[in-house]
Amino acid sequence: MATVDIDLPHVKDDDSHHHGPAKGLGRWLYTTNHKDIGSMYLIFSLCMFMIGGMMALVIRAELFQPGLQLVEPGFFNQMTTMHGLIMVFGAVMPAFVGLANWMVPLQIGAPDMALPRMNNWSFWILPFAFLILLSSLFMPGGGPNFGWTFYAPLSTTYAPDSVTFFIFGVHIMGASSIMGAINIIATILNMRAPGMTMMKLPLFVWTWLITAFLLIAVMPVLAGVVTMMLMDIHFGTSFFNAAGGGDPVLFQHIFWFFGHPEVYIMILPAFGIISEIIPTFARKRLFGYSSMVYAVASIALLSFVVWAHHMFTVGMPLVGEVFFMFATMLIAVPTGVKVFNWIATMFRGSMTFETPMLFALAFVVLFTLGGFSGLMLAIAPADFQYHDTYFVVAHFHYVLVPGAIFSIMAAAYYWLPKWTGHVLNETMGKTHFWLSFVGVNLTFFPMHFVGLAGMPRRIPDYALQFADFNSMASVGAFIFGFSQLVFIYNVVQNVRAGQKATDRVWEGAHGLEWTVPSPAPYHTFSTPPKID
Amino acid sequence: MTKAMVLALSLFVLPAKADWQVNMTQGVTELSREIFDLHMLIFWICVVIGVAVFGVMFYSIFKHRKSKGAVAEHWHENTTVEVIWTVVPFVILISMAVPATATLINMYDTSEADVDIQVTGYQWKWRYQYLNEDIDFFSNLSTPRDEINNVQVKNSNYLLEVDKPLVIPVNKKVRFLITSNDVIHSWWVPNFAVKKDAIPGFVNESWVRVEEPGIYRGQCTELCGKEHGFMPIVVEVKAEADYARWVADQKAMKLISAGAASQNYAVADLIAKGEGVYNAACAGCHQVNGQGMPGAFPAITASAIATGPIQKHLDIVLNGKAGTAMQAFKQQLSAVDLAAVVTFQRNGLGNSVGDSIQPSAVQQ
Repeated sequence: MATVDIDLPHVKDDDSHHHGPAKGLGRWLYTTNHKDIGSMYLIFSLCMFMIGGMMALVIRAELFQPGLQLVEPGFFNQMTTMHGLIMVFGAVMPAFVGLANWMVPLQIGAPDMALPRMNNWSFWILPFAFLILLSSLFMPGGGPNFGWTFYAPLSTTYAPDSVTFFIFGVHIMGASSIMGAINIIATILNMRAPGMTMMKLPLFVWTWLITAFLLIAVMPVLAGVVTMMLMDIHFGTSFFNAAGGGDPVLFQHIFWFFGHPEVYIMILPAFGIISEIIPTFARKRLFGYSSMVYAVASIALLSFVVWAHHMFTVGMPLVGEVFFMFATMLIAVPTGVKVFNWIATMFRGSMTFETPMLFALAFVVLFTLGGFSGLMLAIAPADFQYHDTYFVVAHFHYVLVPGAIFSIMAAAYYWLPKWTGHVLNETMGKTHFWLSFVGVNLTFFPMHFVGLAGMPRRIPDYALQFADFNSMASVGAFIFGFSQLVFIYNVVQNVRAGQKATDRVWEGAHGLEWTVPSPAPYHTFSTPPKID
Repeated sequence: MTKAMVLALSLFVLPAKADWQVNMTQGVTELSREIFDLHMLIFWICVVIGVAVFGVMFYSIFKHRKSKGAVAEHWHENTTVEVIWTVVPFVILISMAVPATATLINMYDTSEADVDIQVTGYQWKWRYQYLNEDIDFFSNLSTPRDEINNVQVKNSNYLLEVDKPLVIPVNKKVRFLITSNDVIHSWWVPNFAVKKDAIPGFVNESWVRVEEPGIYRGQCTELCGKEHGFMPIVVEVKAEADYARWVADQKAMKLISAGAASQNYAVADLIAKGEGVYNAACAGCHQVNGQGMPGAFPAITASAIATGPIQKHLDIVLNGKAGTAMQAFKQQLSAVDLAAVVTFQRNGLGNSVGDSIQPSAVQQ
């Protein structure tokens, strides 16, 4: 780990040699400033979250009652596919990259990201990727309709023509993610302030460092699998076509070799955020810092050897089933360590419950519920009954919505005063939290029941015995969806005006980001801080 | 008017057969009950861990809050505790893994079956071939479209009913050889705890020994295209004597249908019969009105094929079109049905070519 010896000319006023942000649209197009780029990622992610959310509401509206009411099945499939793709690649991942852009330099005492021009590029290709993806909905034959997991041959031989645009979009997103990851690794390894040793890094930085390695490892695999699809569709190869000597199951192995680390890419930074917030509001140091780091690292390593637990029903040999069952169960150990550590941090602390803490506490409880159903899914024989039912839908929405999304909300409430210089409206924040909390549970908890009772996922219409729980879930989804408007209103008000925030913002906050003024100046840590 | 009323009714009145099943079905086989027990075991383990962990958490949320004057302590490490809460979950997991593995080994033992049935997934229906008998048929959704479109009140087996169920004998080991003709499907009957993917080019194995006669229902559980939600599975488990009678009946019916193919039919009869066949086999893609879906499925109305030479039309229905969703219907429909549906497509759906084809001509 080479720590670069930063030897900058020391000037009295940090900002006197720098100019502030440029004026007009050019500021955003040409910016290389990590704070600008971070804001753009976050705004982009919020837009995608609303678009993906509207698609989810189309799905839930159709499923409110049995029978086909609003959309026809082909369009329903496009909605489930696009909802998944947009939420995963457009909402959750860019939100974490945005947070990393804002917070990693501030938390390690660096003046900016290591590769600022690439930073601009990796953001600006994203809107185009999603324009391409979304435009496919308006093409003849419709957009991608094969689920976000796009299993061949449904996504190759039997796909609509727009699949080529989907492939192109995925390529661009992958390139953006890889560049973002390289940038984050380079920043963390090379640009830490003197004295900021690896084992002093805030956990958000640690989890992102590990996440970035996961991204570099698996995004090329995704690029590979979509390229193989492209070859099958346009150039006559048969990678996934059994009739030509290929193997449709090979697709699933490659996809999940990417896909399983991908789901940890969407949760590890969340672990980091929660590990920042709980100590602040418990006014007590994080319990077991080093075991937290080791736990994240072991989860990341294990994520490479569990992929086939998504495929227990494809007819793997017995030995394969047993191996992937054991490996998957093993992940519960480091995940458990993390949950225990968070609770030990709260124990005998001095807690207060501001909005970020409420989201963090809900995260701990609801993510753990998602972890429990994950453990149940790991039991291969039982998985034959759970697989591809709403039980799975309930499971991954519990880890992604009150998991990843709640952590992003918590992070926004936690750091927004630092970004804008204004204190957030607590009443509105708490209203947003409680509406979201009730909405999320009303939406996803009943899905466990219909799943166990036998309702398959990705169907536009269902048998009558599933009707009551589905109506409940739909009501919950609309509550959750519309409660996000409270959040947006709150943020917009906060950016414009509000009570001035102090530099420390929260009484119990520790870390370099709280030593700079609120709002954080356009350039921070031009002179590296000294860490004792 | 009545249509609107029924629609309104179906939107606002809770369906008659609503129930609140919250747990996995126990099923009707030894294996399904074993799996149910595994499921409950892991569930209770999670409940106990959850109660303990969240108990401590809520205790500190109530006790250790600043508003109650709690002052934060300074400890932030304890190796003994950390080792304990790493090792204990590990031991719990091992105790879970052992029975799960035993069940898995049992599930994988497909040897010495009494009946072998090949199950093939098609977009969007199932085909059942009894390997030791000369029985081979397709099983389609039989729920009327009017129920799906909220024009008619839904019956209690809505979306879980087929025209021809799979029939198996009770207390015999039945082996399923599961494969697919087009995309990946998945064959699932919750009461049997059998769920296996149907993959083109591969044959997966699964088995069942059902202990009680009855009718068991399931659905396709792998997204397989537009009508994925509309390809149910119905299995009728019969006592041995009833099963033997059913097998004999199937053979007799086969002879009757062979006889039917050699007769001549009036064009009007063919068209009338063809409409039913069309709605069951073709309308999923080409739509009930024959307009298709632009960009995805071509229209039949005024299409070059349905208004062109009849032999070419028949050929595409018999053999499908490679590289598209158009399947080969040669195996799926009887000669009478094929002749009827081709005749209907040429003289219905807005087409009026005027010619027709007889079953005997289809057979050649």
